[in-house]
Amino acid sequence: MENIKPLSKTVKNEISYVKKLCASEDELRRFFDLGIIKNTKIETLMKSPSGDPTAYFIRGAVMALRREDAEKILVKGDD
Amino acid sequence: MIKIKKIALLGNPNVGKSTIFNALTGMHQHTGNWTGKTVETAKGYFFCNNNNKYEITDLPGTYSLYSHSRDEEVATDYIVNQKPDLTVIVADATNLERNFYLVFQALELTKNILLCITLTDEAKRKGIEINTQIIAETLGIPVISVCGRKKKTIIELKKSIDSFSYSVTEEKGELTAKKAWQAVLESEKLYEKCVKITNENYNKKDRKTDSILTSKLFGFPVMLAFTALIFYITLKGANYPSKLLSDFFNSATDEIRFFFEYFKLPEAIVNMLVDGVYKTLTWVIAVMLPPMAIFFPLFTLMEDLGYLPRIAFNLDNCFKKCGSCGKQALTMCMGLGCNAVGVTGTRIISSERERLIAILTNTFVPCNGRFPTLIALIAMFFTVNMKEPLKSIASSLLLLGVIVFGIVLTFLISALLSKTLLKGKSSSFILELPPYRRPQIGKIIIRSVLDRTLFVLGRAVAVAAPAGLIIWLLANISIGNASLLKHITDFMNPFGKLIGMDGVILTAFILGFPANEIVIPVMLMAYLATGSITEYNSLFELKNILTANGWTTLTAVCTMIFSLAHFPCSTTLLTVKKETKSIFWSFISFVLPTLTGIIICFIIATVWRIFV
Repeated sequence: MENIKPLSKTVKNEISYVKKLCASEDELRRFFDLGIIKNTKIETLMKSPSGDPTAYFIRGAVMALRREDAEKILVKGDD
Repeated sequence: MIKIKKIALLGNPNVGKSTIFNALTGMHQHTGNWTGKTVETAKGYFFCNNNNKYEITDLPGTYSLYSHSRDEEVATDYIVNQKPDLTVIVADATNLERNFYLVFQALELTKNILLCITLTDEAKRKGIEINTQIIAETLGIPVISVCGRKKKTIIELKKSIDSFSYSVTEEKGELTAKKAWQAVLESEKLYEKCVKITNENYNKKDRKTDSILTSKLFGFPVMLAFTALIFYITLKGANYPSKLLSDFFNSATDEIRFFFEYFKLPEAIVNMLVDGVYKTLTWVIAVMLPPMAIFFPLFTLMEDLGYLPRIAFNLDNCFKKCGSCGKQALTMCMGLGCNAVGVTGTRIISSERERLIAILTNTFVPCNGRFPTLIALIAMFFTVNMKEPLKSIASSLLLLGVIVFGIVLTFLISALLSKTLLKGKSSSFILELPPYRRPQIGKIIIRSVLDRTLFVLGRAVAVAAPAGLIIWLLANISIGNASLLKHITDFMNPFGKLIGMDGVILTAFILGFPANEIVIPVMLMAYLATGSITEYNSLFELKNILTANGWTTLTAVCTMIFSLAHFPCSTTLLTVKKETKSIFWSFISFVLPTLTGIIICFIIATVWRIFV
């Protein structure tokens, strides 16, 4: 697959779709809690003034994820 | 016989479950609810028209029943093992999709569910239209919209609970990854079917606010400015009422004395009651009540607006570098109100290691009980010669500086703990930034004054009265040619001097163990050796008393730092014991800040004496 990249590499206002989750079972649970599964739409919002975490718009809620966590979510620009 | 039905209240954090709980039961649940998050389950009862009695349990807010954090376990455990007759799921109308997710999960565990959609007024304002009929049909459960602020909707909710057709819950399987996955998909489908957004830009304003409050340029300055402003309003506003109260109490002293003498009480007892108990008690009230009555509503306002999670968002990177959790910023903010509450609040941190760090470092943020000491010292030694309004501005900035210093200490000690006792790296962190909400001013005032101000003041008063008595006794019972108090302070003096203070100050901190508010009154009593707080009319006179006893700017600085970094008060310590269930960690929470304070004060005092 082309154009696939970690969520942490997206920029402000970029919209992307989840393609793959590279996470342990425990982390997977936590992603499920937020409704992050395959093809979930994620809009990248602002970065914290200290550079990390970054806020994302996920299923109607604003969620802040640290870089280490966002790296585990692989996304693609279009559905 | 009335059969009591058990009802569980389940929902995402921040959806107003506690509002519904309070409205149903008529209770004012406040324990551990400072973050707008229930950390302990609360129980209440209500009746319906036909005498059916219901026992309702408010479960901690949770995003799912599948994960393994502490809150989620409490909620899952309750539903699976306690088998409530009915689970009322409270869902936020402005964020239904994720809320549905919890409903689908819960449906895997029980069929007795009633969906209660809150904040419908907020959703309407944002242009979100919800078709409850479709939801009810799809889910096969009753759905009701309520607005926690309106009485009528609560009555309807009670009716639906009463008319719910209860069925015996069949044994259900466990939640599996596949089911959790499906729940997400089903939520998505249902959401698309039942919600119509008429205003596509419904959250534009929030995004805009966020882009200012969390921007690189303004994020930190705005945070500091907000805090400074709160202090400024508190200091400025509290000045006059504090003076009024202390004048009133002072002028009433003679009447009180007269009153006791009327009953022909021996003079020693009258002195003990008036000079010991009454004066300490009134000092605490006069000094504490006005700032608290101003500070707490302002703080609650920030909380209600939804600003606190943004603080955590801004500061998370610093906490990450110290190996701890960004949510520690929230418990730190709670600590500003009361450290015991901050310690309880650490339950929002899911990693056990990071939670312990947050507990052990919570006392580095000065609580409301320590503000009066800090404020008085700042006013006496640093801003005494200034004119208003410069004085109030300078005082609040200095207070802000003290708190920033406390936060820096929090970071340093957290980092130290992550490298030593609590080795480990920061785990993953997920924080929701909830929508900004229009605050309910009336409720804020009631909640903060009744639940917080009176609660904290009540505790201080309960401690101040007996403490006043003990101090009076210590000051008035003599062994040899000096009072007990003098013996104690003389004993502590060499060590006190070594770390930039003196024996009296240390004794005051030790006697202030039950409540930090009484530190300054104890000091005054000891200095004046008359065994009572003298009537002083201005900070200027107070300063004269202190300088006459050898106080310098160094003493003030060290006392302020020690006030920031010393053992937690007895209530906080008990809370630590309760939360960690460990004597070892309680002991560490006592020793760690004390040692930190002693070391810093020693360094400052030594350097000062060499160079100044």
